[in-house]
Amino acid sequence: MSFNNLDMLYRQVIMDHYKNPRNRGVIEDGVTIDLNNPTCGDSLRLQLQVEDGIVKDAKFEGEGCSISLASASMMTQIVKGKSVDEALQLANIFSQMVQGKDYDTDTFDLGDIEALSGVSKFPARIKCATLAWKALEKGVDEEA
Amino acid sequence: MIDASIRKQFPILDQEINGHPLVYLDSAASSQKPLAVIEAIEDYYRRIHSNVHRGVHTLGTHATDAYEGARERVRSFINASVPEEIIFTRGTTTAINLVASSYGDANVSAGDEIVLTPMEHHANLIPWQQLAKRTGAKLRYVEMTPDGRITLDAVREVLSDRTKIVAMSHVSNVLGTINPIAEVAKLAHEKGAVMVVDAAQSVPHRKLDVQALDCDFLAFSGHKMLGPTGIGVLYGKKQLLKNMEPVEFGGEMIDYVDLYESTWKDIPYRFEAGTPIIAGAVGLAAAIDFLEDLGLENVEAHERALVTYAIEQMRTIEGIEIFGPEERVGLVTFNLNDVHAHDLATVLDMQGVAVRAGHHCAQPLMRLLKQSSTARASFYLYNTRDEVDRFIEGLRQTKEYFNYEF
Repeated sequence: MSFNNLDMLYRQVIMDHYKNPRNRGVIEDGVTIDLNNPTCGDSLRLQLQVEDGIVKDAKFEGEGCSISLASASMMTQIVKGKSVDEALQLANIFSQMVQGKDYDTDTFDLGDIEALSGVSKFPARIKCATLAWKALEKGVDEEA
Repeated sequence: MIDASIRKQFPILDQEINGHPLVYLDSAASSQKPLAVIEAIEDYYRRIHSNVHRGVHTLGTHATDAYEGARERVRSFINASVPEEIIFTRGTTTAINLVASSYGDANVSAGDEIVLTPMEHHANLIPWQQLAKRTGAKLRYVEMTPDGRITLDAVREVLSDRTKIVAMSHVSNVLGTINPIAEVAKLAHEKGAVMVVDAAQSVPHRKLDVQALDCDFLAFSGHKMLGPTGIGVLYGKKQLLKNMEPVEFGGEMIDYVDLYESTWKDIPYRFEAGTPIIAGAVGLAAAIDFLEDLGLENVEAHERALVTYAIEQMRTIEGIEIFGPEERVGLVTFNLNDVHAHDLATVLDMQGVAVRAGHHCAQPLMRLLKQSSTARASFYLYNTRDEVDRFIEGLRQTKEYFNYEF
């Protein structure tokens, strides 16, 4: 059986982040955001350390499918060191990308997160991919 | 015997999904509809529709006859004693909320107890949580056996003289467990409590008799039993319903209206405020006709054969964990180790196989099973042994995909 479409969704880089997540853990004095995906039972705890408008550190813990955990891993990787404004811009770009809309590829080096563009072909899975980014938006909002 | 020719009655099944013939294994979430139901609704709108219970004109009489005919059809289907015991609601959730708000608020007070099980669907859990919060009553949970059953001893353990309500699903939507409702109702009555049954997963699949169960309230949904969405049923014993206050107010449910005071109609109309779900009731009646023509005992036997075969085949795949007891209805909840249920469901979907993945609206049960998410395949009268084979092949492909592609 051919799984060409599936390979768009489960690309090697995604499975790598799923099996070897980056930034999994806790930050002692960070702001904590707990988000659930009530339709499926995924739960995510994101912790952020923001100083002088810069995301100094980001870590996550939680349970979820390969897409939601890989997305959390990639998100924490890319936002570290970015300003809050840049992090929010990235969240917006990511949201456009996974919905299959045109997205800005010039402002940032998107790196691994572009691997998740295949999610746009699987509408039922978009919420899995955006969970970590929703937590990020909520977190920087609380910090601000 | 039910054979594959029945599938011709279900036009939706004849389609390809992602390049493969659809294998629909999510009927426990919502069943598909036979032509007889689709056509009954269409015919109602083409020839019969008007508002009910008020028109002097002939069409009003036709619509009222269709609606009240559906009520009688439901009555005989579940063997209620009189049609007034049948209240049409939007579904199981609305029906249980009605009992919790009306009967519950009037009969439950601080310190009283409401008995539930850990396997309840959120629809038969949260209305009681809210009632407990409003009244100061306590929730008590019957302990489940490790394989997901409820024993009468465990029920006795939590019943007390303060028990006012026992609310239990007839069949678990996750485990497929069939609960001993008649026996539990007897225990509840000995303590002076009422028995509320969530029958959403049993009425579509097996013959049910509310008088034999001797339950006080019983709720189910049309859409899980070949009927349309937006229609459900609350059965209640006449003696109880007669003394209950409505929870929604407006047209259709009133007797006499004054500027400052009004009085209510008799049951069941008191609980059906506004223009009722007429077309939904007509569709539900057609669904009941369809099920009774087939014979519920045949439906049950067909599903049992499918689920038995499916589980037998699943056990040959290493790494599959199956939840729930041996004795079960036609559904199986499971996980494939190292593959999250979502990923599993997506890969099956790419092979045309539709299963449910998630917490199945039973979060407390998921935590008890120590699973954040599970997959569920549920069978109905239109599923076939060939489809079980497709499902099993899909599971093998999924396992291979996640083991070797990366």
